Amino acid sequence: MNLAITLLVAISFASIIGTVLQQNQPYSDYLLKFGPFWFEVFKALGLFQVYSAIWFLIILGFLVLSTSVCIYRNMPRMFREMQDFRLEVKEKSLRNHKHHNEWEVAAPIEECLSVSQELLAHHGFRLREKAGDNYQLLSAIKGAGSRWGYLLTHIAIVLICIGGLMDGNVLLKIAESLGEIKVEKRNILANEVPDISRLASSNLSYRGNVSIPEGGGANVVFLGYKDGYLVQQLPFTIEVEDFRIEHYESGQPKSFESDLVIVDDELEAPLRETISVNHPLTYKGVSIYQASFGDGGSKIELKGWSLAGAQKEPVAIKGIINQSQKIQTSIGEMDLELNDFRLFNIQPSPEEGRKFHNIGSSIQFKLRAATGEAKEYLNYMSPISTDGRLYFMSGVRSSPAEPFQYLYLPADSSASIHRFMTFYNRLKDSKGLHQLALKAASATTDSGAVPEGGQEEIANMMSMLVRIYVQGGMDAVIGAIESRIPEEKREEIAGIYVKILRHLLGTVYLDLLKEEGQSIEKGMSEFDSQFFEDAGAAIGAIERYGSPFYFQLVNYEHIQATGLQLTRSPGKNLVYPGCFMLALGVFLMFYMPQRRLWVWLRKKDGSVQVILSGNAVRNEMDFANEYQEIHEKLDEVFSPHT
Amino acid sequence: MVTSNQTLKLELDQRSLLQRLKLTDWIWAAMLLAGTFFVYGEYNELMDIYEKGILILTAATLLVMGFSWRALQILTTLIALLSLFALSRYGGELAQVEQDFFLKFMFSSQSAIMWMSALYVMATIAYFGWLFSQVEFVGRVASSMTWIATAMGFVGLMVRWYESYLIGTDVGHIPVSNLYEVFILFSIITALIYLHYEKRYNTRSLGGFVLLIISAAVGFLLWYAFDRNAAGIQPLVPALQSYWMKIHVPANFVGYGAFALAAMVGVVYLLKKRALDHNPTGVMALRLPELNMLDDVMYKSIALGFAFFTLATILGALWAAEAWGGYWSWDPKETWALIVWLNYAAWLHMRLTKGWRGRPMAWWSVIGLFVTLFAFLGVNMFLSGLHSYGEL
Ligand code: HEM
Repeated sequence: MNLAITLLVAISFASIIGTVLQQNQPYSDYLLKFGPFWFEVFKALGLFQVYSAIWFLIILGFLVLSTSVCIYRNMPRMFREMQDFRLEVKEKSLRNHKHHNEWEVAAPIEECLSVSQELLAHHGFRLREKAGDNYQLLSAIKGAGSRWGYLLTHIAIVLICIGGLMDGNVLLKIAESLGEIKVEKRNILANEVPDISRLASSNLSYRGNVSIPEGGGANVVFLGYKDGYLVQQLPFTIEVEDFRIEHYESGQPKSFESDLVIVDDELEAPLRETISVNHPLTYKGVSIYQASFGDGGSKIELKGWSLAGAQKEPVAIKGIINQSQKIQTSIGEMDLELNDFRLFNIQPSPEEGRKFHNIGSSIQFKLRAATGEAKEYLNYMSPISTDGRLYFMSGVRSSPAEPFQYLYLPADSSASIHRFMTFYNRLKDSKGLHQLALKAASATTDSGAVPEGGQEEIANMMSMLVRIYVQGGMDAVIGAIESRIPEEKREEIAGIYVKILRHLLGTVYLDLLKEEGQSIEKGMSEFDSQFFEDAGAAIGAIERYGSPFYFQLVNYEHIQATGLQLTRSPGKNLVYPGCFMLALGVFLMFYMPQRRLWVWLRKKDGSVQVILSGNAVRNEMDFANEYQEIHEKLDEVFSPHT
Repeated sequence: MVTSNQTLKLELDQRSLLQRLKLTDWIWAAMLLAGTFFVYGEYNELMDIYEKGILILTAATLLVMGFSWRALQILTTLIALLSLFALSRYGGELAQVEQDFFLKFMFSSQSAIMWMSALYVMATIAYFGWLFSQVEFVGRVASSMTWIATAMGFVGLMVRWYESYLIGTDVGHIPVSNLYEVFILFSIITALIYLHYEKRYNTRSLGGFVLLIISAAVGFLLWYAFDRNAAGIQPLVPALQSYWMKIHVPANFVGYGAFALAAMVGVVYLLKKRALDHNPTGVMALRLPELNMLDDVMYKSIALGFAFFTLATILGALWAAEAWGGYWSWDPKETWALIVWLNYAAWLHMRLTKGWRGRPMAWWSVIGLFVTLFAFLGVNMFLSGLHSYGEL
């Protein structure tokens, strides 16, 4: 008994550790968090997988053992007690019970007995009689539930623990310690995993995951184990025809469903079923659950707009998610790793009343330079509305731990990126730029402020400033000022430079608008002037954006992958009945407590001496009330005048 | 001493349970059945077999409970009438909440819940007022306010259930799906269990203490609703779309409610014991219930809580098996449910097999509340896992 309590306490503490220390994370995360020393200590103690640590399993084993022994010891006694009416009680011991009363009744003993029988039976007691040498004993018992309850709950605990151990990875642990299996840690294809890390389909119990693209199939699942995985062979093949996400009007996901086909030689025709969350499929003792989803290799088309070098026309790139390809850029060959495509992006809505809205599709990718260094990008397909204006947004970050920093490229009036790119290309085109610079310079010199011949010089400076700005942003312009102008004049000159810069940018922009066929006699529209500001800011930020291309997502074929969890858990056949017994047992134990009553009668000087006595295993207060009721009733009968 | 021959006459109330029922019992039962049939007739096409089962079992349970505790008949009738009245004011449009006087100020789910909150807090004060003044009228007011608050809480949930369908037929669901909703459930269940003991043991002196924890829950509810804006109705994530939710969550909250009650009884026990030791003629020593009775109520409510918590955990495991693919995943919420369960199992063992009583058990039941509270709230706040639906 004390052992049981100690074990329960130990399990509680282990469980607490298991919830406070996140379980089954990659070992590298733990190493980072705890440092090398504590990492090793915790690892040796099995704290990263508490619930399958050897010592935890041993505690559970002891619990099973001690509870079984407890049942074994108590069961015979309890069965005996349930049937035992305690007919051998002595008069004296009846008087020792807390609840006892006596009467002397001037009536025949048979009559006293039958009245008592009637009353106790009315209260739901089972009765036995015994005739002693000079007395009659009526023994009554009610509520065998508590004893049954004890048996049911304790047997249930044994069953549940054994079932749970069967479904846990005890067997794997044993096989591992015998050297029969070895954890695979490399990131390789399933069919390249060596046999030592594979489990046959005869394996008794497992719980693993697999991701299958639409149109694909699988006959293995991956069991996460320690810091790696094992490959579990399935007794059939699962093919996925379609995966669907349905959404609520508000945009939150409403259901995840997969259309599966089970292919098995033993089936006459393949089995078709649709599964969804809360609606799994069970075949050959293996249950298949909808667990997650991801991209299954969507085909995408990108336009790569050059942000460096002279190239004007975008390059067309085709790719598949989860694959990488080499691309040529102005700064050499790079790897374009396409990581994810999302059909929807649900975001908190800025509008009143609506909580969420969809901002369209996106891709996430990495651009890796030959040095191995990579930046990660997140590009949205459609322009996104911010403060009432549309921008093509692209996020960039240098490590997954950082949040994305966004580049906002303004969309033109037809919501396309063309005007921005044309504007940007004009600024990069040094010949065209110089011509416009000359024009702008002559416009300023017409006023006579600048001497003849200074125009060329001014134009050169203008286009140089624009070039610096386009290549390096405002930081580069400031850098240029700092390197050339003595400190005391900087502020003044900087103001002039910014004006000049704006002036040329404006000239190029106006030229572009004219070409677009817009009349600018009456000044720019508000849209166009805001566009100019946004474009200028965006161009200034391109340096920090750090990519030789802006990749515009232009087309896609969405192919999803469904994440399935497959379990085989024969322990269920013990756990479920165990649960049923546990629930039943607990209610029996509490709500059918055992109670005993005795009525002891003896003839004495022409009258009958009656003793009523009783006790209860628990719920003494309730019993006291019931005893009181019975006592009062008998009192009415036996001594009506008092 | 009796000497002459007596004739023994035993008069037993031989009427069966059914025969002992009064006319009002029959009328109430007829209404309950009619309501159940109506719901079944109206909605059976939308319910799966399990939901039909749940409906029928709920009606049957209510019937049995109502016969043995007549106050429930009044409560359920009141809830039904008020809810139906509220629904009729909507006329199928959510916007009526702002237009209609009754909805705006009384029976829209938000308003009903505000009434519930206010009444519970006032009832707490009234119970303490009664404890110190012993004016019978104050005591009656305290009890009535608790009853009405409970009715309003139920009405609030009922109306909320309806409102969720007004938002969208695919959004509609029983309001036990997030922290805001279960706090209401917790309050009304704890109050109901308390009211049952109040009648059964014929004492009001526990009331203030039990209502204290309900008031705390209400305080949290209001903070959560206003500060965190959590009162809105959200559609269900796919994992929650299951009939299991309808039984798993309420069973859990009978457990939590009963444990909370036991803890407060534990507090009263400790106060009384202290008062008896130090100031045996003071208010506390004289007016708080007998130690024996406190001990009994504490045991009873832990037993009740334990039974329902066992059931709820098992239901949770079955549900997990269906939704996540394993009946036990050592997810933090599951694990803490186990810890709570083991804690009370140990409590019961100590009482029943070792005969522990009195002060240590009272302390243990108070500490038990903190363990329970952590399983209920702490896990959502501090630990991550599959159960992260009700995040703060
Ligand atoms: C996993 C371990 C165990 C759990 C969860 C457990 C649980 C319980 C529960 C919930 C009760 C009900 C208390 C009541 O009757 O109201 C109980 C009673 C009892 N348990 Fe255990 N128990 C465990 C192990 C053991 C062991 C190992 C023993 C014996 C050494 C034991 C002996 C008893 C006894 C004698 C009773 C009282 C039965 C009665 O008087 O009707 N239990 N147990």
